[in-house]
Amino acid sequence: MAGFLVNASLIALLALIAILALRLHRLFAVVMLSGAFSLVAAAQFVVLDAVDVAFTEAAVGAGISTVLALATLSLLPAQEKPHSISLVPAFLATLTGLLLAVAVSDLPVFGDPKAPIHNHVAPEYIIGSEQAIGVPNIVTSVLASYRSFDTFGETLVVFTAVLAVLLIIGGYTRTPQKPKKAKRKTKGSQNAG
Amino acid sequence: MNPFIEQLLGQWNYYLVIVLMMIGFYGVIARGNMVKKIVGLNIFQTSVFMLYISMGKVAQGTAPILTGDPTTVYSNPLPHVLILTAIVVGVSTTAVGYALIIRIHESFGTIEDDDIIAQLDDEEDVS
Repeated sequence: MAGFLVNASLIALLALIAILALRLHRLFAVVMLSGAFSLVAAAQFVVLDAVDVAFTEAAVGAGISTVLALATLSLLPAQEKPHSISLVPAFLATLTGLLLAVAVSDLPVFGDPKAPIHNHVAPEYIIGSEQAIGVPNIVTSVLASYRSFDTFGETLVVFTAVLAVLLIIGGYTRTPQKPKKAKRKTKGSQNAG
Repeated sequence: MNPFIEQLLGQWNYYLVIVLMMIGFYGVIARGNMVKKIVGLNIFQTSVFMLYISMGKVAQGTAPILTGDPTTVYSNPLPHVLILTAIVVGVSTTAVGYALIIRIHESFGTIEDDDIIAQLDDEEDVS
């Protein structure tokens, strides 16, 4: 019951932060709330026993992502153009949510030790990793040894992303341009004349 | 007890996570500002991680770090490993997204998608 209360209140806090982040118009506040979302999500991961994930989420999600977003914001307008609540996306999101809820109702009960996910390869990792790898943290031994090719692929993805960012804004392949002013008005008057 | 309510109580975590997911999804499709789209995508993504981590939880279990005591119940380490990889991949795609936004702002002077579409329409009208 205590687990339920902690979990549910953390998720309620997350929902509050998410709604605020989408409602505010100052982009600086939006980005900071996005960092706060990651931090509370990290706390939620600790409650769900995923300490390594919590660690990474706090460092990467709340740390590096926020730094990247702030660096981007320094080059962009600080305010969002105000929008009213749009009904079609809200309807689509509700519909998708309902479909997901129907799909999720087939999943095993939350925390059930007899669920299929806990009874095939996972026990072998838990029992065998101490003999085979010798590292007490099972997540580390799976990440770095049993599934090290996955981790290698992840490194490749990061490399590709860095390459893409450098090619898009790096300045090696293009001449720098002055940002154009939004020139809708002048265009319109030209058309009229 | 009514089986429907029993199931709802057994899977409450998944349903709450779906609500979070849909808030993020709404942000991605409803907001015209590109920074907000990326923030919505981040919320969506973190909620998906939460769904996976919830599946790995075992009742009365503890974090999957060996304690030496054979009676300890561990949560499933496999979703944790998958999500560790996914977090890093997620931040990489976010970085590429921000780079594209900077580039779009240089070319169009705005990061609102309806303004960009209006500018493109104007250029078509002129030519």
